[in-house]
Amino acid sequence: MTPRRIVITGASLAGLRTADSLRANGFTGELVLIGDEPHEPYDRPPLSKAVLAGRSGTDRLALPSTRDLDARWLLGVAATGLDLDARAVRLADGRDVGFDGLVIATGSRSRPWPVPEEAALRGVHLLRGRDDADRIRAGLAAGPRRVLVIGGGFTGSEVASSCRDLGLPVTVVLRGGAPMAGALGEVVGAAIGARQRAHGIDLRTRTTVTALHGDAEGRLRRAWLSDGDELDVDLAVVALGSVGNTEWLAGSGLVADPRGVECDAAGRALDVDGAVVPDVYVAGDVARWRHPHFDAEPQALQHWGNAVEQAEVAAHNLTHRHRRTAAALPAFWSDQFGLNIKSAGLPQLADQVVLTQGSFEQGPFAAAYGRGGVTVGAVAVDSPRVMDGYAALITERAPFPPAVNATDSPATAVLGAGFGSTELSGPDLTAVHGGQS
Amino acid sequence: MRVVVDLNRCQSYGQCVFAAPEVFRFRGAESLEYDHQPDAGSDRAVHRAALACPVQAITLGGPAVPEAAVTGASAVVGETR
Repeated sequence: MTPRRIVITGASLAGLRTADSLRANGFTGELVLIGDEPHEPYDRPPLSKAVLAGRSGTDRLALPSTRDLDARWLLGVAATGLDLDARAVRLADGRDVGFDGLVIATGSRSRPWPVPEEAALRGVHLLRGRDDADRIRAGLAAGPRRVLVIGGGFTGSEVASSCRDLGLPVTVVLRGGAPMAGALGEVVGAAIGARQRAHGIDLRTRTTVTALHGDAEGRLRRAWLSDGDELDVDLAVVALGSVGNTEWLAGSGLVADPRGVECDAAGRALDVDGAVVPDVYVAGDVARWRHPHFDAEPQALQHWGNAVEQAEVAAHNLTHRHRRTAAALPAFWSDQFGLNIKSAGLPQLADQVVLTQGSFEQGPFAAAYGRGGVTVGAVAVDSPRVMDGYAALITERAPFPPAVNATDSPATAVLGAGFGSTELSGPDLTAVHGGQS
Repeated sequence: MRVVVDLNRCQSYGQCVFAAPEVFRFRGAESLEYDHQPDAGSDRAVHRAALACPVQAITLGGPAVPEAAVTGASAVVGETR
């Protein structure tokens, strides 16, 4: 039975694609989208790149809809509660919105700096939404003496790259041994880190910020680091990963915590007994699920493509008798320091890595990741056209190390992948449990 | 016109850059950057770019939200039950 009114909480990529896909599947009932931001749905990846570097404005990132959605949009109002018995979503302004079908797509937000007085200093920023990006952009345009980036995951690295585009001095402080080590391991992370340093980044690995100090006007002036150094900084971006927007589900009976909302591969929300909750789906960054291809714990995959696929799966399953499951290979990209970085599979499950093409030192390269003799992930730097081949190897569970036989294959030993360090989780990997070596 | 490119799928063939250079461009050797909301004057070129993409990574469409919904959310509040 197709529901009459479907409510989607969250009006970003996953929410919009769910709505678009529901109409594409012939859903003619009532559609309500609820978003806490006042803006129409927009694309987030450019925020840390083209927007901060000044090549694009945040008012030019709206996402397309491929058809007339004929939806009711409740923007600028957050969902604050879910009553599964009454089948209603409670809004921040006290109203209730009833539903026959619900898609939870409330996403995640940046993990804040843990010291509230320091986080409140002017010049200390998080980067998640377009308003954040506008504030940071204004701060960068004012010409700070030095920018401090706290955290070396993807967001932190991209912010650092944008600051270098602007010619600003940048220090990146990260707890782990290499940038993006949480997603790519320390071996590949160190190779990319060396290129970041070549672009002038002051990269402080295995280091933490111990305190941020402001002046009498409450403006950031100085940072203390665990390596004993003090930095004069006017602007800091805190990039320490993210937490799921799940507080509004407290007491609802769903399994929801900062790591996300638990669901099955069909996107169906699970209750505290592990049972499927009828007609309630989860999609995007906030969905925590077990990918059917990998022997891994349930995890949130905070990837653009994952949001799209889960939205389409939820829309399909709300409108069809036969259920689909989300099974596309995880994939993400990053653009930084003129490098195009692509990943497929789940490198963070691996205990070994091998350079398969090119060189870690210069130019393009590709590396494959393995666990238990099986290829589970790959990364390609400045070589996007090789990625399909690696994705096929991961899909077919090819032996590790894989036989690539490329003309540029180096004779390189299999290395420990370098996961399981003390790096705070990167923004793309907050809920991932890495493989143990 | 609204444009979004699935950059997982994009393999930097550059056909879009040839078809609509005022909308699509490369940053570095292999990284695509583009205007999500190109001016109407680019519509034909952007359609050509989407058709030319060898991996079908480009999605085109219109605004998702009626203007009124963005400027005044309460104006389009649906009755609840």
